[in-house]
Amino acid sequence: MSTLEIRGLHVSVAAQAGESREILRGVDLTVTAGQTHAIMGPNGSGKSTLAYSIAGHPKYRVTSGSVTLDGRDVLAMSVDERARAGLFLAMQYPVEVPGVTVSNFLRTAVTAVRGEAPKLREFVREMNGAMAALSIDPSFAQRNLNEGFSGGEKKRHEILQLQMLNPKIAILDETDSGLDIDALKVVSAGINAYRQSPDHGVLLITHYTRILRYVRPDFVHVFVGGRIVAEGGPELADELEASGYERFLAMEGAPA
Amino acid sequence: MVSLQAAVESAAPVSRLHERASFDPADFPVPGGREEEWRFTPLRRLRRLHADGPLDAGKAGVEADAGPEITVVAAEHGDPRLGTAFVPADRVSARAFASFREATIVTIPGGVAAERPVVIRVRGEDAGQAAAGHVLVEAGANSSAVVVLEHAGSATYADNVEFLVGDGARLDVVSVQDWARDAVHLSHHHAVLGKDATFTHMAVTLGGDLVRLAPSVRYAGPGGNAELRGIYFADSGQHLEHRLFVDHARPDCRSRVTYKGALRGDGAHTVWIGDVVIRPEATGTDTYEANRNLVLTDGARADSVPNLEILTGEVVRAGHASASGRLEDEHLFYLTARGIPVEEARRLIIRGFFAELIGQIAADQVRAKVTAAIEAELDAMARAEGGAR
Repeated sequence: MSTLEIRGLHVSVAAQAGESREILRGVDLTVTAGQTHAIMGPNGSGKSTLAYSIAGHPKYRVTSGSVTLDGRDVLAMSVDERARAGLFLAMQYPVEVPGVTVSNFLRTAVTAVRGEAPKLREFVREMNGAMAALSIDPSFAQRNLNEGFSGGEKKRHEILQLQMLNPKIAILDETDSGLDIDALKVVSAGINAYRQSPDHGVLLITHYTRILRYVRPDFVHVFVGGRIVAEGGPELADELEASGYERFLAMEGAPA
Repeated sequence: MVSLQAAVESAAPVSRLHERASFDPADFPVPGGREEEWRFTPLRRLRRLHADGPLDAGKAGVEADAGPEITVVAAEHGDPRLGTAFVPADRVSARAFASFREATIVTIPGGVAAERPVVIRVRGEDAGQAAAGHVLVEAGANSSAVVVLEHAGSATYADNVEFLVGDGARLDVVSVQDWARDAVHLSHHHAVLGKDATFTHMAVTLGGDLVRLAPSVRYAGPGGNAELRGIYFADSGQHLEHRLFVDHARPDCRSRVTYKGALRGDGAHTVWIGDVVIRPEATGTDTYEANRNLVLTDGARADSVPNLEILTGEVVRAGHASASGRLEDEHLFYLTARGIPVEEARRLIIRGFFAELIGQIAADQVRAKVTAAIEAELDAMARAEGGAR
């Protein structure tokens, strides 16, 4: 059983004139396979910074703390090593990569993560099956990665990658943003299909409770001012739905 | 977009670069390097092609391969068919026209659709002696053909290539500069498009010590359509220069210029100049030019200068774009975050950068060759980085 363990994580970004600004102020969180965790917080609370720091984006600098996956030091790994170790980040704003087709990209990534190239015929069958389940038109396989995709199409492709790469722990950064209700259902079904396996853990980052009606969390963490200020079960999401973040905003800066 | 008002106030192009024209080399002073049209070119590497070095001592073999419906003949100096598409606009072009020994004339008869590409191979045998060349491609009215110019071997070579594209004809040209590393090549391609003619021109420049290629387009009637494309990849020490000129002097013509280049290594230098003039009589012109450069390492330099002069307010579209930069961090992050090692991610992005242009190469075998050549550049890049690590 895989475990992602985050301990005392502090992260800064470069601000103007050589100054740096601290975004994460001591995050402690453990995600184990078989669990779904939701991190909820207002805009600017540092939720996305947490996601990108775990994935290794060069913009973010870890100043203290640790991140391990099954005891291995994630922070010592390069970005591609983290993905091959079994971490996945579904991005809020997937970038468009000109001239690189979805199919070529997926095959290259699958080859890298699995350590060997899948047979072309089997790969195509697997990809087509996964695309059909996410209601993605087969013509997308030959289109350039994310180029000209709508917001909803980009998110479906993030979940397509999740299913093809089959990581141990998936971090989903605002995967629900910009989706209409039909797309939200399709994407949620994709997440649930992945999470069904007891070997998989999910860390779902979201601003709204809407997606939690379709992807039921086991644990809910409220994120304010760069750290977790409250934790609970699904009932915490119901409280946020009813009363918003106001009660928690006062907890910013208070000792956890 | 460019503000039209200032340009419309004067009736003649501000730029005089393409206005000077003569068949007599003596009408052009030896460039000193400060002239606008020479300031990017390292003259001391030209082996006196621009000055007065002999141009008749060297050997560059020219062979043509074409289907039976196409006529290919050798022509002497003074043949009246030669020198109709252009008047030389610089000293090297005038010297090359004055010095070539034998020209190659390719004729696609009117109404004929060539079954296979016409291939013209220029093979240099010795870079120590300079040679001049001349090719004329005449595409008759309503004909269609693909013409491939292949340059390989060691040479110090100056040439003019004329393309006469008849009314309603379509001519697709691919010019591959795949020279040996010691070659110097100064080349002028001159196209004249008849009424409703279509001309596509793809320059692929990979080899040579110094290549300076100047494709130009003029329109002899309305309705002409020109697509000028280019791919170049400069390694350490290579100077690869492309100077485009599109002269819109007839109404309702269209032009598109799209050049993409990659550079890596110390002293890799590319120059792209895109001159487009829309003269007062060229109403209804539709033109757009773009140049993009990927600077892959320190020590490489890409110069990119679009010049758009608009002398009429009645255009459909007139625009330009130019961007030179590094591989984008966000692209690399996205691909590596999916487990793709960074070297491979770079290759994917660079391949993708060229993919659209390569897909537009008119001849299958050339497309495969260019793909292979880009892969070889990427292999060399990976080896160089492996060694540096």
